Amino acid sequence: MAADAPTQAAGTVPAHGWRSSSLPDMKLMMWIFLASDIMFFGTLIGTYLIYKGRSLTGPYPQDVLDIPLTTVSTFVLLMSSFLMVIALDALKRNDVAKFRLWTFGVAFFGAIFLGFQVYEFNHFVDLGLTLQGNLFGTTFYVLTGTHGVHVAIGVLWLLSIVVASYVRPWTSKDATNLEVAGLYWHFVDVVWIVIFTLVYLVDFIPGAGG
Amino acid sequence: MAIGRRDVPAPATPDAGGGLLARPAWTKGLGSWLTTVDHKRLGILYILTSFTFMGLASIEAFIIRLQLAAPGMELVSPDVYNQLFTMHGVTMIFLAIMPLGTGFANYFVPLMIGARDLAFPRLNAFGYWVYAFGGLFVYSSFFLGGAPDVGWFAYAPLTSLSNNPGNGTDFYMIGLLIGGIGSLVTAMNLIVTIFSMRAPGMTMMRMPVFVWMILVTSFLIVFAFPPLTIALTQIVFDRTFGTLFYVPEAGGLPILWQHLFWIFGHPEVYIVILPAFGVISEVIPTFSRKPIFGYPVMILSGIFIGFMGFAVWSHHMFTTGLGPVANTAFALTSFVIGVPTGVKIFNWLGTMWGGSVRFTTSMLYAMAFLFMFVIGGITGIMLAMPPFTAQATDSYFVVAHFHYVMGGGALFAFFAGVYYWFPKLTGKLLPERFGQWTFAAMFIGFNMIFMPQHFAGLMGMPRRTQTYEAGIGLEIWNLVSTAGTFVMGTALFMLLFSVIYAFRNGTPAGNDPWDARTLEWAATSPPQHHNFDEQPIVTDRDAFWAQKYPEASHGDDGSQWEGMDFDAHGIHMPGQSWYPFLLATSIFIAGYGLLFENWPLSILMLVVLVGATYGWAFEGVGGHHVHPDDGAEAAGD
Repeated sequence: MAADAPTQAAGTVPAHGWRSSSLPDMKLMMWIFLASDIMFFGTLIGTYLIYKGRSLTGPYPQDVLDIPLTTVSTFVLLMSSFLMVIALDALKRNDVAKFRLWTFGVAFFGAIFLGFQVYEFNHFVDLGLTLQGNLFGTTFYVLTGTHGVHVAIGVLWLLSIVVASYVRPWTSKDATNLEVAGLYWHFVDVVWIVIFTLVYLVDFIPGAGG
Repeated sequence: MAIGRRDVPAPATPDAGGGLLARPAWTKGLGSWLTTVDHKRLGILYILTSFTFMGLASIEAFIIRLQLAAPGMELVSPDVYNQLFTMHGVTMIFLAIMPLGTGFANYFVPLMIGARDLAFPRLNAFGYWVYAFGGLFVYSSFFLGGAPDVGWFAYAPLTSLSNNPGNGTDFYMIGLLIGGIGSLVTAMNLIVTIFSMRAPGMTMMRMPVFVWMILVTSFLIVFAFPPLTIALTQIVFDRTFGTLFYVPEAGGLPILWQHLFWIFGHPEVYIVILPAFGVISEVIPTFSRKPIFGYPVMILSGIFIGFMGFAVWSHHMFTTGLGPVANTAFALTSFVIGVPTGVKIFNWLGTMWGGSVRFTTSMLYAMAFLFMFVIGGITGIMLAMPPFTAQATDSYFVVAHFHYVMGGGALFAFFAGVYYWFPKLTGKLLPERFGQWTFAAMFIGFNMIFMPQHFAGLMGMPRRTQTYEAGIGLEIWNLVSTAGTFVMGTALFMLLFSVIYAFRNGTPAGNDPWDARTLEWAATSPPQHHNFDEQPIVTDRDAFWAQKYPEASHGDDGSQWEGMDFDAHGIHMPGQSWYPFLLATSIFIAGYGLLFENWPLSILMLVVLVGATYGWAFEGVGGHHVHPDDGAEAAGD
C-alpha cells in the first residue's frame, strides 16, 4: 500500500509535521465524500427506476421530456468539465489570468446549465407535471433537483475561488484547492451523464421504455 | 467542568486569525468547551453526552418493564407506550451506543496512531455539535406535541401524514437527519486521519485492532448513512411538501422504505458492534499479557464483516413476502456472516489461552461480552432461518436476541472500555473491588432481564404491545424480567457512583497502570494538549510494548527514521473556533423552521449557515506552536 511507504525523504519533514499519506488531506476527504455521494445519488436513481412506470396519472415522461433541449444543456455541462481541466492546468503553470478566466468559465457554463433546468422545470409545471401530481413528478424533481443543488453549490464554490484569488493572489501552490473543487465538479458531471441516460434517453430507445 | 482543565495551555500570543469572529483563546469555562476543537475534549463530550442519553433510554426501558410486570397493568396508555419503546430504540441506537463508539474513537484513535489531533479538527467539533443537537431535537418532541411513536424503524406508511398527523414523526425524521450529518462528517474525518496521520513506522498492519475496527466502521457509515438520509428526506418531503414517495394510493411502495431503511439498518448493527470488537481486542491482550492471536485474521474478518453487512439487509424482511428465492439468498448470506464473527470469538479465546490472565473489572466485562455475544449470535443463526422467523418475528424472542447482541455485546464491551481507559482519561483509577461488585450486579441484572424474554417470546408474547393476557404462562417470565431491571438499575447507579468517586478521590493511575501495549499509554494521564512531547516512532505492532520490552520486538530497529527532526518547527496545534458551533446551531434551528413550516426562520438560518460556512472557509490556519523542550508557547502562523 502506497500509504505505508515513507513519503518524505530522510531528514526532511515539512513544517506542518509528518504525514503518512502522499495524498493531501483535502483531496482524500473529497474522494471519500464523493464515495458517499455515489450512495446518495444511487438511492435517488434507484427510487426513480423502481417507481418508473408506476404513475397512475399523467403526464408521463414521453409527454414532457425534450431530448434536443436537454442534450444542449448536457453538452454545456460536459464542456464545463473541459474548462475545469484547462483552468487547473493554467494554475499549475502559474498563469493566474487564464486560471481566473477558465474557472469563471466553468461557473458560467454551470450557471447556463442551471438556467436550462429552471426553464425546464417551469415548462414542465406548465405541462402539468408537479412534485405532488404523480410519482414521475415526485421522483423526477427530487432527483434532478438534488443534482441541480449540487451544480449550484459548485457554481458558488468556483465563483468564491475566483473572488478569493483577487483577495489573496493564488499561485501554483494553491492548485490542490482548485483540484478538490474540480474533483467535485467532474463528479457532478458524471452523475448527470447517468441521470441523462437513465431518465431522458432510455425511454426513447424502442423497446427499452417503461 | 474540570475534566481536561489542565489540557489546554494558554498560547503566549494567540493568533486570532482573520474573519468576523476572532478565534477565541479561552482555556476554561463554558466558552472553551463550545469552541474547542481538541479531539480529547470532544471525545469526553461525546462520551458524557451518550451516557446522558443512555440514562434517558434506561428510564424509558424501566417504565416499559414496570408496565409489563404483570398482565393487565395500566401504568401507561398504549399511546405513551408507543412513544416509550420508539424513543428507547432511537436513543439507544442513534444517541447512546453508536456515539459512545465515536467518543472512544475520537479520544483514542489519534493517541493510538501517534497523531496530535484529527485531520480536520473544526469538522470534528461540528460533528459533535450536530450529533448533540440532533439528539436534543428528537427529545424536544416530548415538550412540543408528543414524541415519535412509530418504532425506531418508522415503517411506511405508519409515518404518512394521514396515519400519523402529529409532529412526532417529523421530530424523528428531521432529528435523525441532523444527527446523521455528524456521523457522516466524523466518519470521513476519521478515515482521513487514519490514512494520513499515522506515526512514522506505523504501517497499516501495525495499527491497533481498535483503530482498524474504527476504520471499517467509518467506511460503513460513509456508505450506509446516505440511503437512510435519502429515505428520511423522502418522508419529510411526503409530509411537508406533499410528494408521493410512500403514498400507496398514488402507486408508492411502502416496502421501498423497508429496503432503504435496512440497507442502512443492518450495516448499522456492525457500526455499533465493530468498535466494541475493537475495544475487546485491546482489553483482552492487555490483561492476558499476550499479543492478540491471529492479528491479520482479526483484521480481515473485520473487513469481511463490514463488507457482508451490506449483503444481509433483507433478513429483516423475511415475513414481508419477498418470496422463497430472496429469502433463501438472504438466509445464506446471513449464515455466512456468522463465520468471520466466530473466527473473532475464537481469536479472543486463543489470546487468553496460555496467557497470564488478570481478572480486572475491565477483563470481567470483556469475558462477559464473549459469553453474551455468543448467546446473541446463536439466536441470530436461529432467526436467520426464514421458517423460524415466520414463527418468532415480532415476538420477545427477537427482543431478547438483539438485546444480547447490542446490550450484552456492544454495551458490555464499552463498559470494559470505560474501566480500561478511565485512568487515561482522568489520571485516576476506578475502584477495582467495588467495580467487581458492580460488574456482578450488572451481569446478573442483564441476564435476569433478557434471558426470560427468550421463553416469553417462544410462548408467543408479542413485541410493541403494552400488555398481555393473564393465564397463558407469561406472568413468571415478565416478573423475573422486571425484577432484573432493579438489579441492573442498581448496577448502573453503582457505576455512576464509582465514576464520580474515582474522579474526585480515585487513586492516581500513572501513565501505564495496566502494563498495556498500545501508544496511548505512552502519553501522560490525562494526555497533554499536544498528546506527545516527541513524535513517537513505531517499530512494531503493539508499539508501546515493544518499547518497554525490546526482547519481545519482532519489528525493525527504526534506523530509517534516524536524523529526522519531526518537530523541528515546534508542534502546530489547531486553534479554537466559533464556526463549528455556529454552523451546527443554524442547522438545529433550521430543523424547527422546517418542522413548523416557518419559512422566514428557515431562510434566516440558511443565511446564517452560508455565512458560517464562508467564515469557516476563510478563518485562516490559526492555532499555535508548542515547543515541549523549553516549555514555551509561540504564536502561530
